[in-house]
Amino acid sequence: MKFEKFKSNLDSIAEYESAPVPPSRLKGWKSFLGMYAGEHTAGTEFVIGPLFVVHGVTAFDLVTGLLLGNLMAVLSWAFLCAPIATGTRLTLYKKLEKICGRNLARIYNLVNGVMFCFLAGSMIAVSATAVGIPFGIEMPGLGDWMPTSIGWILAVFGVGLVITVVAVLGYDQIARFSNIAAPWMILVFLGAGLAVLPELGVKSFGDFWQVANEKIWVGATAGDVSKFTFWHVMFFAWFANMAMHIGMSDMSILRYAKKWQHGFASAAGVYLGHFFAWMAAGILYAVVLIQIVPQGMTLAGYLPTIGSDQMPSVAPGPLATYAIGISGAICVIVAGWTTANPTIYRAGLAIQAMMPRVKRWKVTLAVGLFTTVAACFPALVMKLLDFVALYGLILMPMGAVIFMDYHLFGKLGLAADYAEKQQSNFNPAAALTWFITLVAAVLLNIFMGVEIFFLGLPGWFLAAMLYVAFSKALQKRETMQTGSATV
Amino acid sequence: MRTFLKILSFLGLTLTILPSILVFAGRMELQNQHHWTLAGTVLWFATAPFWLDGKKKLEN
Repeated sequence: MKFEKFKSNLDSIAEYESAPVPPSRLKGWKSFLGMYAGEHTAGTEFVIGPLFVVHGVTAFDLVTGLLLGNLMAVLSWAFLCAPIATGTRLTLYKKLEKICGRNLARIYNLVNGVMFCFLAGSMIAVSATAVGIPFGIEMPGLGDWMPTSIGWILAVFGVGLVITVVAVLGYDQIARFSNIAAPWMILVFLGAGLAVLPELGVKSFGDFWQVANEKIWVGATAGDVSKFTFWHVMFFAWFANMAMHIGMSDMSILRYAKKWQHGFASAAGVYLGHFFAWMAAGILYAVVLIQIVPQGMTLAGYLPTIGSDQMPSVAPGPLATYAIGISGAICVIVAGWTTANPTIYRAGLAIQAMMPRVKRWKVTLAVGLFTTVAACFPALVMKLLDFVALYGLILMPMGAVIFMDYHLFGKLGLAADYAEKQQSNFNPAAALTWFITLVAAVLLNIFMGVEIFFLGLPGWFLAAMLYVAFSKALQKRETMQTGSATV
Repeated sequence: MRTFLKILSFLGLTLTILPSILVFAGRMELQNQHHWTLAGTVLWFATAPFWLDGKKKLEN
């Protein structure tokens, strides 16, 4: 009986998956500020920050790359995603259905949902590194791809189940928790970085830049690790959330905004989470890294002489606990939670759009369990930079399709929302655009050696041009066929 | 009551960051900083949910 009542309550949670958000449900900028600040000050920042140190970024390249890359990300949210989200009030998935047709949207939704699951999985794994501390669970190392112990799997499942249950309860619950946790979480991140600076020799703010260059971001890597430059940092910061801004996934969130300008609220997320938190996490890792350097050697001189398997683990739980105690462990758990929640929610929406008759909470529950299983594999964390870049790249072409369809098709004399108007289930112009863009990206990567971090920008322009060209050809053919049928 | 809770919450946030600043300035040991920060954490989460109502904000 109680279960039936609980189930009925869950069924009644309205998230407007298939209809525009009504004016009564629109939200002010403060809720987006909290949402973005919470979502982008995440457990994964504790991994990304150290990985920049591992990849030998210099201090100058890091600071300038993050400032510019994050600015580009905010502009992408504000000028690309938010105007379409507030103009249509639809989820990405519903908009895609109108443009691409139900069958193509289903394929996209499946890919999107799976990518979100893996992303949320990495966040759950990060939280698990903190949960495992009191039980003495051995943390996976830089080179570990498979689960390292039963204890690790149990820790992951504990975190995953809690996160899934909260995601099942809906967006408002997630936003509420993010709003409450965000201010505290940001201070713990900053406090952790600040507290360990004296161990690196920083006695005043004046010492910071010199120490940053000599002991943190020294511009050297282990022998078998690729080296990052300013361009890597800038494009990574810009495209870390490519699926969400350029790829339009955040239409699902920003459709609740009263004005498109609320897209600028993303600045709270990226500058706190993808600037200060990444730097703080890098500092934490440097404190552990510097301890392996033999006396008489510098970090820059020592790193090239070792392999990545000799470098310390980037497990965020122990790093944060060392710097700021139990609060650090709680922060890692909460940071993973506040990010994994909206990600599982988005994955639930994506998959639910494929089977609209099944209630969202049931889909989210299944998605959460799948995500938890994926989180058991540490490869998701250790290869996080590559994975984040990959998932943005895969979803990006459809963002270009939506952008061109919404802003330019009317001016070009082309029919927007083509599949809906033609009552078609499959828009071949959009499908070809997606497929050819990704093939071109793979070819650029394999034959011209263009790294994954740099493929998004040319890919977007290619997708935009291809979609216009294919749509012109398709709609001209349809017009001719209709005309000849009329004659 | 609401104002009192807000004051306690901001005290919690201050306790979360101030000990780290004192460690940085050489005025506190790392072990003490861990305890004070934990006190700040408990204070924040014990008081903030009563006035920082995310759901209400979303409706505004």
